[in-house]
Amino acid sequence: MSTQPLLQVEHLRIEFPTRRGTLVAIDDVSFHINPGEVLGVVGESGAGKSLTGSAVIGLLEPPGRIAGGRILLEGRRIDDLPPPEMRRIRGRRIGAIFQDPLTSLNPLYTVGQQLVETITTHLEMSPAQARRRAIELLAEVGIPAPERRIDHYPHQFSGGMRQRVVIALALCANPRLIVADEPTTALDVSIQAQIIALLKRLCREHGAAVMLVTHDMGVIAETADRVAVMYAGRIAEIGPVRQVVKEALHPYTRGLMGSIPTIGRDVERLTQIDGAMPRLSAIPRGCAFNPRCPHAFERCHRERPDPLAVGATRVACWLHASESMTETGEAADA
Amino acid sequence: MPEQARTLLNVSDIACHFDLSPPLLNRLLERRGPQVLKAVDGVSFSIPRGTTLAIVGESGCGKSTVARLIVGLYRTARGRIEFDGVDIGKLDRKAMAPLRRRLQMIFQDPYASLNPRWRVRDIIAEPIRAFALLSDPAAVEARVGELLSQVGLSPADGAKYPHEFSGGQRQRISIARALASEPEFLVCDEPTSALDVSVQAQILNLMKDLQRRLGLTYLFISHNLAVVYHVADAVAVMYLGRMVEMAPVKTLFAQPRHPYTRLLLDTIPDLEMSGRTRMPVAGEVPNPIDPPSGCTFHPRCPFARERCKAERPELRRQDDGAAVACHGVEEGWIPEAPVGSNVVPLVAHRNNDLQGRSKA
Repeated sequence: MSTQPLLQVEHLRIEFPTRRGTLVAIDDVSFHINPGEVLGVVGESGAGKSLTGSAVIGLLEPPGRIAGGRILLEGRRIDDLPPPEMRRIRGRRIGAIFQDPLTSLNPLYTVGQQLVETITTHLEMSPAQARRRAIELLAEVGIPAPERRIDHYPHQFSGGMRQRVVIALALCANPRLIVADEPTTALDVSIQAQIIALLKRLCREHGAAVMLVTHDMGVIAETADRVAVMYAGRIAEIGPVRQVVKEALHPYTRGLMGSIPTIGRDVERLTQIDGAMPRLSAIPRGCAFNPRCPHAFERCHRERPDPLAVGATRVACWLHASESMTETGEAADA
Repeated sequence: MPEQARTLLNVSDIACHFDLSPPLLNRLLERRGPQVLKAVDGVSFSIPRGTTLAIVGESGCGKSTVARLIVGLYRTARGRIEFDGVDIGKLDRKAMAPLRRRLQMIFQDPYASLNPRWRVRDIIAEPIRAFALLSDPAAVEARVGELLSQVGLSPADGAKYPHEFSGGQRQRISIARALASEPEFLVCDEPTSALDVSVQAQILNLMKDLQRRLGLTYLFISHNLAVVYHVADAVAVMYLGRMVEMAPVKTLFAQPRHPYTRLLLDTIPDLEMSGRTRMPVAGEVPNPIDPPSGCTFHPRCPFARERCKAERPELRRQDDGAAVACHGVEEGWIPEAPVGSNVVPLVAHRNNDLQGRSKA
């Protein structure tokens, strides 16, 4: 693509030093997000999806640290910025939405105070202007009677309304990128649909790109343009969402898709991936998925696969190694 | 009656009220009356032996309260709970004890429901000891090993502590504990919602296998309709403490009748990527302390008319075995959902009054 990606993550490696040695939580993760694009990041707990998000917004909790690779926003490196400079970027260029709307709002301040503070921090505005903008934002995220609601405290809002306020906060300074970490997980299904629709609409209108971190494949299928599937700290597969959902290449993605119960699909048993994701301290040699993989062969136990391009998708799996280079076409199996 | 013999659990018109009144002095000073939360308000259903009834609904609809009423963790305010012909709602602890063995519960959070200071073998052996099912220590140990293998763990795991297991394995331990007293009936309150999807698949498969092998009857509480579609024989949909629709699983999903059921089905993220546009219905579940008048769903319902605001609809049986509580369905002013699809154009136009008073 000729346009410069908005976000580039290259060979990211995150380590946690512990008394029993260093744990590698994220290992050689690379991806990019184009302007205005929604990239979904899925995986099960412990796959490293939230950690990747935290690294992008520069909020990695110590002792976790970036041990290798780089993160570039609009071509400029942001992973090595001193904290005050990163603080300016966070909020101004990158907005963040977290899972629990109650803990991301300060219960002691009104919603208006929090919005105004964020706006005046990042934009040159007088408090009165900022308040007007805050009311506009609340109206934009669908909060009824925003002139009145702006002076309410977070506890006076319901869960769905609170998440709308959090979205308004993230949008305060018109950021180019929004990192949304499980934005709908704490909400009821009917509210979930409202929030997803809202996120999609706002990002389209503001031209913001989104990194959507979630464990919910359904949310990804509805929202994302491309999706990265993570397993044990690495990207197993990344590609256009339709491709990954419908014709997954990696055996893990395929197992994951089969294990999701679907209305209208009558099966006596769901596809079952036996075992569990390995602990960080015991990631197997070779492909991390090999002990659970029904197709694992000798090379999978020995060598770790790097993501290889197969069509529009990149997949880290030896089964597809031949396809990516030549047209042998025998690797795909049922 | 053969019909009666097949029914294991029969619940009629149960209610559970929580008194949330402020202290008496405050009430006098602030001139406020008592406040009662009707968590469950007149729910009836029955479950045939060996089948699964699922209760679905959003948070605060009272589905977990129903589960807790049935196992006796809460007392009913009214109504009857008949387990195998005995009214267990009225029994005291002592009289309940022999029945409790036959009726066990699996909780949502596999981290909070296992005692972290006990070894797994003691956790699983507790029901065996409590009900004095086996006295010989060697026999207890053998039984614990058997239970562990039954849920896909190894007998050697009994020596470990809960923290040594992952979420899915812990849920297996909870299931083994529930099975220890050889129950016929399991109440499962969101057993997989704390788990990852691939682990959820393992647990759902295990539960279905166990049901087939041991002839278990399940009451399955969930907010996930896709999971319900997979496990249930019949589905009850709850909204604000009342049942709005109950039907055999195929009927409910092929032809949802109540507008709330349609809303729920319509909001499920679509994995098939058919590209259909969903119409997210605005508004949220109202505060259950102060529910709307008449049909409690009317502020969010696109089809609501005057009658819905004034009069509460009763659950009425339909020809095909479904039961629906909706004036619109009864009087036929709600367009039927096209059979075989859950796509219903729900136009959200009358929700502002509800949003305006959401907990202000």
